[in-house]
Amino acid sequence: MKEKYIEDLKEIKEMMNRSSRFLSLSGISGVTAGIIALAGAYLAHRMVFSQSNLLSFNSVELSGEQFINLLVIALATMIVSIGLVIFLTTQETKKRRQKIWDHQTKRILINLFIPLVTGGIVCLSFLFKGFVGVTMPLTLIFYGLALLNVSKYTVNEIRSLGLIEIVLGLVSLQFIAYGLWFWAAGFGLFHIVYGFIVKLKYKS
Amino acid sequence: MKELLNELDKAFENRVRLGIMSALVVNDFLDFNALKELLGVTDGNLASHLKNLEKSAYINFEKEFVDRKPNTKYYATDIGKEAFRKHINAIEQLLK
Repeated sequence: MKEKYIEDLKEIKEMMNRSSRFLSLSGISGVTAGIIALAGAYLAHRMVFSQSNLLSFNSVELSGEQFINLLVIALATMIVSIGLVIFLTTQETKKRRQKIWDHQTKRILINLFIPLVTGGIVCLSFLFKGFVGVTMPLTLIFYGLALLNVSKYTVNEIRSLGLIEIVLGLVSLQFIAYGLWFWAAGFGLFHIVYGFIVKLKYKS
Repeated sequence: MKELLNELDKAFENRVRLGIMSALVVNDFLDFNALKELLGVTDGNLASHLKNLEKSAYINFEKEFVDRKPNTKYYATDIGKEAFRKHINAIEQLLK
């Protein structure tokens, strides 16, 4: 008798989770995104930031070459890591025989991209005006807000990752000269750590 | 014990109905196919359980057209949500 109700509660909990949360997030894709971010940060350090003191609150004159390099590195890092996350997560949903494109993933993408695109536009505006320093903390803050916004639709860990990114961004705003280090920690280190946590916990 | 058993809702004794209700209380709405996939049941089976819950006024539906195909969205009513909450409370009391 009791067993039936324990089973019932389990069933209720599972159905609530499965119907409202996207759990096939690939942990390994978090790790790869982190590694790519570290590589991107290293390249940016070598090719752009080592030459002059760009990381400050002041507006700086970027040379055309620096500007192009920075933009190309940023875009390449973003496209490769997002591409890999989509690819690996698709593989994971196939393995679990779930649909990749359903109301859950649609809801996640919409809610992820609203803060993300807003942040992207803000950062680009600052970048075009030469305020390179503030764009680094801002990317962390907006990314954290985007993660926080979708955390209720996917694995729980995304919420604390979002909070970490926001805090890193805010602290980094006070130590603007170390912006690249904070950026590498937020997008590199913590993606790798959380990738492993998700991988271990959900075996994905 | 006897009193507690009376608190349990007959409508949720069935696993499929329990599943439907669990999914609908955490989502604004779900369509027929989403429910079918979630629960892994046949069309006929799902339809009869949905009708059953409808009769108790625990769920309601809206029909609309998506790309000219009919699409039925199901959602939990306030009465349904309240009944479900009571049912879970009763289970928790029983297990104490």
